[in-house]
Amino acid sequence: MSQKQNIQLPEGSLGKQTTTLNLGPTHPATHGVFQNILEMDGERIIDAVPTIGFIHRAFEKIAEHRPYYQITPLTDRLNYCSSPINNMGWHMTMEKLIKAELPKRVEYLRVIIMELARIADHLVCNSVIGVDTGAFTGFIYVFEFREKIYEIFEEVCGSRLTTNIGRIGGFERNFTDIAFQKIKHFLDTFPKAMKEFETLFNRNRIFMERTMGVGGIEAERALNYGFTGPNLRATGIDYDIRTAHPYSGYQDFDFTVPVGTTGDVYDRFLVRNEEIWQSVRIIEQALEKIKPLDPSIYHADLPDFYLPEKEDVYTKMEALIYHFKIVMGETNVPAGEVYHSVEGGNGELGFYLISDGGRSPYRLHFRRPCFIYYQAYPEIIRGSMLSDAVVTMSSLNLIAGEIDA
Amino acid sequence: MLTNEIIKQRLKDKFGELVYNMEEPYGMLTFDTDRDNNLKVMNFLKEDEELGFTYLNDLTAVHYPNNIGKELAVVYMLQNIRAGIRIRFKVYTDISKPDVFTATGIFETSNWLEREAYDFFGVNFVGHPNLIRIMNVDEMDYHPLRKEYPLEDQTRIDKDDDMFGR
Repeated sequence: MSQKQNIQLPEGSLGKQTTTLNLGPTHPATHGVFQNILEMDGERIIDAVPTIGFIHRAFEKIAEHRPYYQITPLTDRLNYCSSPINNMGWHMTMEKLIKAELPKRVEYLRVIIMELARIADHLVCNSVIGVDTGAFTGFIYVFEFREKIYEIFEEVCGSRLTTNIGRIGGFERNFTDIAFQKIKHFLDTFPKAMKEFETLFNRNRIFMERTMGVGGIEAERALNYGFTGPNLRATGIDYDIRTAHPYSGYQDFDFTVPVGTTGDVYDRFLVRNEEIWQSVRIIEQALEKIKPLDPSIYHADLPDFYLPEKEDVYTKMEALIYHFKIVMGETNVPAGEVYHSVEGGNGELGFYLISDGGRSPYRLHFRRPCFIYYQAYPEIIRGSMLSDAVVTMSSLNLIAGEIDA
Repeated sequence: MLTNEIIKQRLKDKFGELVYNMEEPYGMLTFDTDRDNNLKVMNFLKEDEELGFTYLNDLTAVHYPNNIGKELAVVYMLQNIRAGIRIRFKVYTDISKPDVFTATGIFETSNWLEREAYDFFGVNFVGHPNLIRIMNVDEMDYHPLRKEYPLEDQTRIDKDDDMFGR
């Protein structure tokens, strides 16, 4: 490779009256690997040129060389603040491709895990908005509960951040009693802390002054830019995949989709807070719904895709054959093109899968929500202060791992 | 109430033979069109009051090396947010002259998505305001998601692995 400089300066950078400022890629205020070359007039931002791809890991190429069941760990590393949602999204894409029907209990257990992940994701994002506006306390209050959510994940699947939770067809093992106890304990203690968090921020004069009218975007522009998730809903459009294209039994639940009006940092913050409350509601309903169901069911009857019990592999011929076929990638997968999306922590996470019947996908494209809406960032921050740009970035819930894939 | 049947009929009425291969895999209406018509179709779908596909859900490319003369496909996915209906269409282009008109004038969403498709597949989006690589380094002289490139560079010599081979 040559020694050529790759940094692209905005047009007319030389011989101008403004200052060019490099923000990132590793900067404590950017929460991830984001580089922006800002054009500043005093403290006002005139233009920004974002650069991405610093942690590109070629997931789409790797996915073309892996058997279907080995792609889940790749999805972990997209939005790693809510990796269970990504895992489940991938499983559901595969289940859609093979037209599998799942037992109700599996769907509801998935809903519990996904909503816990959403709470964890929103907690990170919202508390970090607080940190960026100078209020560290709220962050401390709620991070304890993010830890509790991770303990639940640990109990269910054994890992915490990059969970690799579930399998095609269900969960790898049943929820233990301890897992349910932990969920119950979380639901009992979390609302108090969340209320405290909201009391600290929602009507806090300093916080309101700092966030209202900052980083706003109109609904029409947001749609044109492909916004999804809380950022779109903060502009007033009630587009939520859970209600627009229900999956995993979300149609059975009673919850509301909160919307904002101005689409600024403050509205995004409020929308996420309200979504946390709705998630708590959904989890409570899901726990009620699984009570009458057979507690031994935790996966669908999909012998072609779901690994049999190890005990059976050693003792039963049929299980041994299926185990061999799955591990060696000899399972017949229907050819076809399928798109499935889930409501991720920060928007519509879509999986566009093209299968040619082979052992790995012919092409797999991840529709990553923050990759798509990050391109609106220069437009959002144009004309605002540098400190507002930092708050705006954290309020957009940008995850470098997801942007760069 | 908007249904796939209505969309199909409207497209047939407007474009006739220019849209073809209409299918409905997994409930989503999909069709193909010629690469010169991609913007016409998209504009029609977006601007028509009844159809109202005002949202570009996804844009990506696919490489079919055995499809001589139509090696690269650009896939557009549009959505009518109000009705919650998605449709997908493909345009095919020759890999030796992979020119496709850019959709940046219609949807801002397509800006980076087209840059990504250019970066990984080398689709040349004609009229794109800033068609440069987005993920890979600028010095890269190939488009890595094309099928002819293996997962790892086979010519690498810094990774010598006798046990598992390369």
